[in-house]
Amino acid sequence: MKEYSVVGKRLPRIDSPAKAMGQAKYAADLVLPRMLHGKVLRSPHPHARILNIDTSQAEGLPGVKAVVTGKDTKGVKFGGWRAFTQLIDQYPLCMDKVRYIGDEVAAVAAVDEDTAEEALDLIRVDYEPLQAILDPEAAMKEGAPRIHEEVERNICWSRFIEFGNVEEGFARSDYVREDNFSLQTQAYAPTEPRACLASFDHAGRLTIWTSTQCPYPVQCQLAAALGLREGDVRVVQPFLGGGFGAKFELFPYEVCCSLLAQKTGRPVKMMYTRQEEFSASRTRHAMKIWLKTGFKKDGTLMARQARAVLDGGAYTSFGPTVTFTAGFFHTLLYRLPNYKYEGYRVFTNKPPSSGMRGIGAVQPFFAGETQMDMVARDLGIDPIELRLKNARQPNEVIPKLTTVNSCGLSECLTKVGESTRWHERQSKLPPGRGIGIACAGQQSGGAFNWFRTRLAFSNARVRANDDGTVVLFAGAADIGQGSSTVLCQILAEELGVRFEDVSIVAADTGTTPVDIGTWGSRVTFQAGNAVRAAAIELKKQLFAVVAPKLNADPVDLDIKDRKIFAKGRPEPSMPFPEAVTAAQAANKGKILEVAGSYHPEGKGIVSPAYSFVAVVAEVEVDRETGQVKVDRLTVAHDCGQPINPMSVEGQVEGSVHMGLGYALTEQVVSEKGEMLNPSFLDYRIPTALDMPEVKIIEVITDEPEGPFGAKEAGEGCVAPVAPAIANAIYDAIGVRVKDLPITPEKVLKALREAQPNS
Amino acid sequence: MQQRQRIIELNVNGETHTLAVEPQRTLLEVLRDNLGLTGAKRGCDQGYCNACTVLVDGKAVNSCLILAVRAQGKRITTIEGLSHNGRMHPLQEAFVNRGAIQCGFCTPGMVLTAKALLDANPDPSEMQIRRAISGNLCRCTGYVKVVEAIKEAARVLKTGGAA
Repeated sequence: MKEYSVVGKRLPRIDSPAKAMGQAKYAADLVLPRMLHGKVLRSPHPHARILNIDTSQAEGLPGVKAVVTGKDTKGVKFGGWRAFTQLIDQYPLCMDKVRYIGDEVAAVAAVDEDTAEEALDLIRVDYEPLQAILDPEAAMKEGAPRIHEEVERNICWSRFIEFGNVEEGFARSDYVREDNFSLQTQAYAPTEPRACLASFDHAGRLTIWTSTQCPYPVQCQLAAALGLREGDVRVVQPFLGGGFGAKFELFPYEVCCSLLAQKTGRPVKMMYTRQEEFSASRTRHAMKIWLKTGFKKDGTLMARQARAVLDGGAYTSFGPTVTFTAGFFHTLLYRLPNYKYEGYRVFTNKPPSSGMRGIGAVQPFFAGETQMDMVARDLGIDPIELRLKNARQPNEVIPKLTTVNSCGLSECLTKVGESTRWHERQSKLPPGRGIGIACAGQQSGGAFNWFRTRLAFSNARVRANDDGTVVLFAGAADIGQGSSTVLCQILAEELGVRFEDVSIVAADTGTTPVDIGTWGSRVTFQAGNAVRAAAIELKKQLFAVVAPKLNADPVDLDIKDRKIFAKGRPEPSMPFPEAVTAAQAANKGKILEVAGSYHPEGKGIVSPAYSFVAVVAEVEVDRETGQVKVDRLTVAHDCGQPINPMSVEGQVEGSVHMGLGYALTEQVVSEKGEMLNPSFLDYRIPTALDMPEVKIIEVITDEPEGPFGAKEAGEGCVAPVAPAIANAIYDAIGVRVKDLPITPEKVLKALREAQPNS
Repeated sequence: MQQRQRIIELNVNGETHTLAVEPQRTLLEVLRDNLGLTGAKRGCDQGYCNACTVLVDGKAVNSCLILAVRAQGKRITTIEGLSHNGRMHPLQEAFVNRGAIQCGFCTPGMVLTAKALLDANPDPSEMQIRRAISGNLCRCTGYVKVVEAIKEAARVLKTGGAA
């Protein structure tokens, strides 16, 4: 293991004190003079034609300053899929049709929230209700009513993956099994309901402070929706209260808020209610997965075939990526010679589904890792041994898809087994107690250019000042995952300065260079590489100036502890501030500022690197009540070189928490397209009392593509939790539940079916 | 829908404010909109997430569930009142140093709930800590480091590190 001075240290995050003291300003905390408050009128119908909208009464209400409907917009659709424009399918305000309960119909700006709310009640909309299509399988049938007129059979996106020959693989297998799995709709439920504040200047330029994970894509899409030039729209991310994918895109309310600000000439703020955050944002895709797998008697994996139907909801959102990754992830963990996948994402009259933490991963891993456990038991092979026998190894190619460089999966399996005394305990615990294992992997950001940007995915600028301070400008958005801290650590390490010498300006399209945003665990890896590239360039410029003064060749110079010296010869040296001063003087006082970038060019179509994880769950199941209690989760995680181990642990613990909710309690319940549980009382995320002990085992590998060997951290850990728990439940009571969440009702039903006479 | 405003006096973080507020305004709205104390967060407005927690006469209270007019004559402490001249309370320090803060949206409520707990019970068991914060929802941390931070703060406060 390499020794670093800043990387690998458990440093408190740079923004934590501001958050701890209540000084951190989130979008809803911002105020501007003469600011108005905006509200959105949403569709009460899952599917209906808009016949007429009458806003006259609302406009006449004292205190109302503007009302907008689809007619006030440019009437152009927006969306992130600039690489496939047929997928750009959402209007800022519905033009002719509403497609889910919550679809945006009109928006109001008024002097306060109450008045805006009251005005919504005065807007009269005449609808012609249409047949709502809520089941994706029914929506795919020929002749089903269309949700988007131009989309046949309501299939938003289909994706096929094939390598080897599955028929031959199954024919050569000694053992083949098929299973069906069903995955529920999960809500993102960030603690911060989203908000934005829009303001135009005298020249017609817009600034919007908004709860977003992706300032640059929002800037581009917002400009297009408003008919402005991208350079005339500035998107600033204030502190963000959790994203997990929920705040990844431009949302209609941001366009409405901007329109209202434009129309009134005053700043306008909009804040989602908690109910809106649940029911008018995005969800994790519900999915039905059919999975067929073939093995040799000795446990060698021969072939896999999968079919997935994704409940897409009303709009495309980030669904196509989920459709792809839901097929890709079946290939990642184990050496697989033959594979075939077909995935269909289907429109329904429900809130749009999108990419949520563990994007397109939690669903296939639940299916694959639960089935792996069934296979192990059928073949009489220990579940860890079966996985080890087939486990992905470093530097392997997955045909047509990607290359896996570093891979610590086998070590994760071995270590998590040792730590939990697996071999002594599996199948040997007292009745009602069980232990189960599951694995997963995760990409380090995407390689595919869905946004069709001409710019590198990550850019960074670094300015060195002659007082020894260094400022990093990065478009990458810290959404609570700690990326700003990690980027400062990477910069300090490469530049040989102290962590406290570095500060960061981030996520503001007016002042920071382009970054494609925070999604798919890409920031540490991709933005980290951009920052490191900038730091290397800065050193090059400094060394060129300093070398003659130290009687050395620039290539022989190094910097550590804020001193530049020739390698292997600590003296003479030059302090960093002095070197910056010299560089400025050599360039007639020009500030010393450099840029760096990273783009995953030639890295396949998925990602440049992958993390791996193995989780062991220990559970107690009450056969009388069906209640499942998780006692402990042991997580062995290969995230390459952890840049900040304390942050990595935090990401792992948070992912495990989300996975626990997915496994046992979380589910969007809806009837006729309406979400019935859009509150924290009825939508149950685990509380501090529900959380088991979490034990984390670091498996350190050196990822050649990553900054200082780092790669994806934490996100991958959400996926194996549910299958590990399901497998532990089987170990405890001998029944399988193959649809999530595993509620007491489902456990009792499975027990009754297993023992019909008891 | 303008209601007649009432003049009230609110004691917040040791200062008395004379304010004209409509009687239906919640304490959360008045803290945020009239006094600019935005540390208390509006996470649900329904009393389920506890991001709006403040101390009222030392007790942790959802400020979205009480009317500002009912908070007259009581001692209100918000997160802004816990640090002094930029010096953090041991609970805040422990949250920072233990990595208990990620997105930070639940943090003010979590810290104040912990403050109420430790004031009433300086040496709580882990179960008592978990029970105390069980109404404070966090989507980032899994509560692991939050519980660790509260334990650490309890240790520091017992040995005289009180701010």
